Amino acid sequence: MHNVHFNTVVEATSRLCREACFVLEPDVVAALRKAGEDEVSASGRDILAQLQENAAIAARDDIPVCQDTGIAVVFVDVGQDLRFTGGILEEAITAGVRDGYTRGFLRKSVVGDPLTRKNTGDNTPPVIHWRVVAGDRLKISVVPKGAGSENMSALKMLKPAEGLAGAKQFVLDTVSAAGPNPCPPLVVGVGIGGTMEKAALLAKEAILRPVGTPNPDPALAALENDLLAAVNGLGIGPMGLGGRVTALAVHVLTFATHIASLPVAVNLNCHAVRHKTVVL
Amino acid sequence: MAEPVLISPPLTDEMVSGLRAGTRVLISGRVFTARDAAHKKMVALLEQGKELPIDLSNQIIYYVGPSPARPGRIIGACGPTTSGRMDSYTPQLLGRGLKGMIGKGFRSPDVIQALQEYRAVYFAAVGGAGALLSGCVRAAEVVAYPELGPEAIHELTVVNFPAIVVNDIYGGDLYREGCRQYAVNK
Ligand code: SF4
Repeated sequence: MHNVHFNTVVEATSRLCREACFVLEPDVVAALRKAGEDEVSASGRDILAQLQENAAIAARDDIPVCQDTGIAVVFVDVGQDLRFTGGILEEAITAGVRDGYTRGFLRKSVVGDPLTRKNTGDNTPPVIHWRVVAGDRLKISVVPKGAGSENMSALKMLKPAEGLAGAKQFVLDTVSAAGPNPCPPLVVGVGIGGTMEKAALLAKEAILRPVGTPNPDPALAALENDLLAAVNGLGIGPMGLGGRVTALAVHVLTFATHIASLPVAVNLNCHAVRHKTVVL
Repeated sequence: MAEPVLISPPLTDEMVSGLRAGTRVLISGRVFTARDAAHKKMVALLEQGKELPIDLSNQIIYYVGPSPARPGRIIGACGPTTSGRMDSYTPQLLGRGLKGMIGKGFRSPDVIQALQEYRAVYFAAVGGAGALLSGCVRAAEVVAYPELGPEAIHELTVVNFPAIVVNDIYGGDLYREGCRQYAVNK
């Protein structure tokens, strides 16, 4: 039986928080480079060059890519044959977030209560999404999520009659209404189907897929290409100052749904697509 | 692309009249930081007929909540935050002589109107370029509301801080104009 200790999870989670905030993954760096080649607007190209320089400075100096180092969203896949020792897994992940945000000089951006709004001082608690999976491993993905893009995300319960056209329109309307606020170029996560909360979770999971990799489902891959072309045709461009690279990618996930439902969720992510994963 | 215009506060009416939507600028000198909490406090003072803790006439406010500085460094990452959260407070500060704001994202119609009335400009900096922009900051000092921690009003000394004029005193709006220029189905 595979054992994982409390302290291992604390240390791993702490490191994921810091690395995610300092070092953009190669897929994102490559997408920004390609965007710089594709962009037709001169000011858009200038911004994309600044973003690449920014990523290089952040990685070199251990400084966050963006000062909004987010609320920590954590996806945890727990292998059902794994044995966790030394404490409670949720507490280990929380302790890891606390340690990572403190040690890494990351910004503490979490208030403990949404109405009274007092800062918790250590960026906890994280938002954790659990899955129990086959095997005996523990997979942890940390996705620090800034508010600028999260706040412009949206969900709508469509009528089934509105169909694919309605879903596409909702994606475009959401990106269009968001304009410059979520720091384009974006990665647009779209969740279609399930229930209200399932669609929202799918939209967030969709962002985790490496930028530039095609959807394994050919029909969804075609839909993603259509949506990307339409989103870029809005003209919003880098930072909303006008241009043809409004999004680096559109990622879609779908799930079964009720005969009377068509939920569509759109989770916007800024160009600072931060995600780091470890398997223990 | 035209060379950026070099500007330094205090911003005069004459300087501001030359800044049109789409003009790139490099800002050097002093800017004040403020986010929601500091704005709320300042506007509460004005409503009680009291003076502000800092003199805003002809000055620039930068909407930013930096990440903590590592020991030995001046500041952490310090890119712009979403400006719209400050919209409801902005006209009152413009009334006190504020001449420029740096942030990112849409302003409300009221703010866009007030910029024309009070002859002030709204600049956008590159959102998410916090590491790069930190290199433009040469000094940072708390000048009001230390109790707000990272949201305290800081005086930053910046050198060649890159920004672009989004809303000018003529009603120009780069977000609208830029988007229209590059939209495929207009
Ligand atoms: S939207 Fe993203 S890049 Fe922009 S300020 Fe927020 S976290 Fe940073």
